[in-house]
Amino acid sequence: MRFVDEFRDQQKARALAADIAALCEPGREYKFMEICGGHTHTIYKHGLEDYLPENVTMVHGPGCPVCVIPMGRVDDAVAIAGEEGVIMTSFGDLMRVPGSKGSFFDANASGSDIRMVYSPLDSLKIARENPGKRVVFMAIGFETTTPSTAMTLLRARGEDLDNFSVFCNHVLVNPAIKAILDSPGMSLDGFVGPGHVTAVIGCEPYQWVARDYAKPIVVSGFEPLDILQSVQMLLLQLKQGRSEVENQYKRAVPWEGNARAQAVIEEVMEPRPTFEWRGLGSIPGSALKLRREFAPFDAELLFHVPGVRVEDPKACQCGEVLKGAIKPWECRVFGTACTPETPIGTCMVSSEGACAAYYNFGRFDRRQLREASRA
Amino acid sequence: MSEKDVLERVERARRRKPRLTDERITLSHGSGGKATHALVEALFVEAFRNPLLERLEDQALLHLKGATVAFTTDSFVVSPIFFPGGDIGDLAINGTVNDIAVSGATPLYLSAGFILEEGFPVDDLRRVVASMASAAERAGVEVVTGDTKVVQRGKADGCYINTAGIGVLERPVQLSAAGARPGDAVIVSGPIGDHGVTVMLARGQLDIESDVSSDTAALTPLVSLLLDAAPRTRCIRDATRGGVATVCNEIAQASDVGVVLDEQEVPVRAEVRGASEILGIDPLYVACEGRFVAVVSGEEAAPALEALRSHPLGEGARVVGRITAGPPGIVLLNTEFGGSRIVDMLVGDPLPRIC
Repeated sequence: MRFVDEFRDQQKARALAADIAALCEPGREYKFMEICGGHTHTIYKHGLEDYLPENVTMVHGPGCPVCVIPMGRVDDAVAIAGEEGVIMTSFGDLMRVPGSKGSFFDANASGSDIRMVYSPLDSLKIARENPGKRVVFMAIGFETTTPSTAMTLLRARGEDLDNFSVFCNHVLVNPAIKAILDSPGMSLDGFVGPGHVTAVIGCEPYQWVARDYAKPIVVSGFEPLDILQSVQMLLLQLKQGRSEVENQYKRAVPWEGNARAQAVIEEVMEPRPTFEWRGLGSIPGSALKLRREFAPFDAELLFHVPGVRVEDPKACQCGEVLKGAIKPWECRVFGTACTPETPIGTCMVSSEGACAAYYNFGRFDRRQLREASRA
Repeated sequence: MSEKDVLERVERARRRKPRLTDERITLSHGSGGKATHALVEALFVEAFRNPLLERLEDQALLHLKGATVAFTTDSFVVSPIFFPGGDIGDLAINGTVNDIAVSGATPLYLSAGFILEEGFPVDDLRRVVASMASAAERAGVEVVTGDTKVVQRGKADGCYINTAGIGVLERPVQLSAAGARPGDAVIVSGPIGDHGVTVMLARGQLDIESDVSSDTAALTPLVSLLLDAAPRTRCIRDATRGGVATVCNEIAQASDVGVVLDEQEVPVRAEVRGASEILGIDPLYVACEGRFVAVVSGEEAAPALEALRSHPLGEGARVVGRITAGPPGIVLLNTEFGGSRIVDMLVGDPLPRIC
């Protein structure tokens, strides 16, 4: 299939793998974090680690929007959905995320009406078709999905819809990267930068990573060859003693990002003073809320939101996994108490979550896996 | 603990008898994945326990006065009721016919039960019943008994159909998911995922248009050709809910063997692949309604493939993998990209109500 097969070519992969191996200094360990959950998914789905030398480790970062939603926010959404005449809508991945009193699926089984949508515009459509109901869109995601929520709000205002609102949980990627860089014991050598987020915000906002922390960052596409090439570019920077922001994903990401999308976000939303992240705790300025002009569409103002902070379950080490401090299998409850069908932590829910990806695709010693599959 | 120890502990946890801990039924209990297995094994099998049921095959094989009778039932709640390539009526006939056929038996008689919602257009029901009649004729079966119930508006979604069926097993075969052995070949009878993707696109929520249509068909003639050419066939399963990946996992677990699939060999139409790429789903998990997975002995793989390809329904048949001694209970995939990974049972359902 065109535009896909070119980026999965085995010959090119082998050539890149040889390059990567040649760039590695013997005896040195390299740890690169792919920030975005989409990259994590690609790495596991295609078995990309088979092309990496053993001293290059990919650490799976916090860029899975579902994985960073704290339990309290899920509880808040369930509370809104429990109010009379409410239709809550959300992306499918969120349906199984556990709150302290169960997931959206459980809420539906108890009588709530929470529906899966593919876009906030679908949610707007439901609002138009159900004038007697109050339709709420649970908005999650990094800068990638924020513009579509903002556009939807502009449209809702344009149409004077009075039964549509947004429960805003949009988060920002840079404060999360900073939280990781500042966390004790951080041992990363560089970052594979998020392609879709950068298509919106552009490459400039990462300059501080390269400048202040001397870590290279390469914005990457989502096909396996994209990621291999990004790893090669990171290793080349290290070898040459450079730390720069580079763009591997030029075919989709202009250096300056998408000015129109940035303007739409700016028009509709503003930073929150602080926001709680699953496992990472509260990070200042790390999320967006609706501006005052959009108060009639702000579910946090329209509904009673409990806003109770719920401690992450004690056994759960999602935070350590998100920071890359431990591998998924090193978590105390990995695969026994916490599995994709009965997740304790959010990393086990979404297929972009580090734990779920490792459990579903990689739950095996890599060398043994390779040998068994080639036997 | 080392990674290896942890993974061994995880495998032990996976082998534990499934428990049903949920307080209420959720959609995931109907997905054909792990939650469904837990419901079936911890509730239904426990309550109805008997050796015929415990095989957990697609059909029960009954020994009645010298004849071996295959008996099965299936319910259909697909939404929308009409979709490119078929409708709920074809599905209700072909689904039950196939569950009988994959035992090697010849399907003969079906029952049909209708649950209709108040207000459902009679013209739609006429269309559904007409396509049931023609599907039954094509499959060589007769609908010989039935039932009708009507529920209040809002208590169902238009039309649900249950069919049950019987057939007679006259071949000396014992097909079972527990029969796979190292060295066997894994065959799929044609391109996978057509039905699931068709229904998903037919819902119109995604604004994707495509020419793909459902593969719903009775597999009886194809099974017959396969068993003539490869009499030592171990197992045949139609790859419905949960797709080829789920069937392979069931075989790996029931036979305590490994299954290694080659992604490059798995036939997927370009339209289905494209839609799957956009939707972020894996065709290996997408339902088919006219395809089966067969495990045949390694020596019989070539004649099996030749026989399947001689029939229009089997033109796209391919050997997609092989059975290995280990790792037991695990399905591995050599990816098109040249890497390797696990293919696990599906958790939750990305595409509810496809059949």
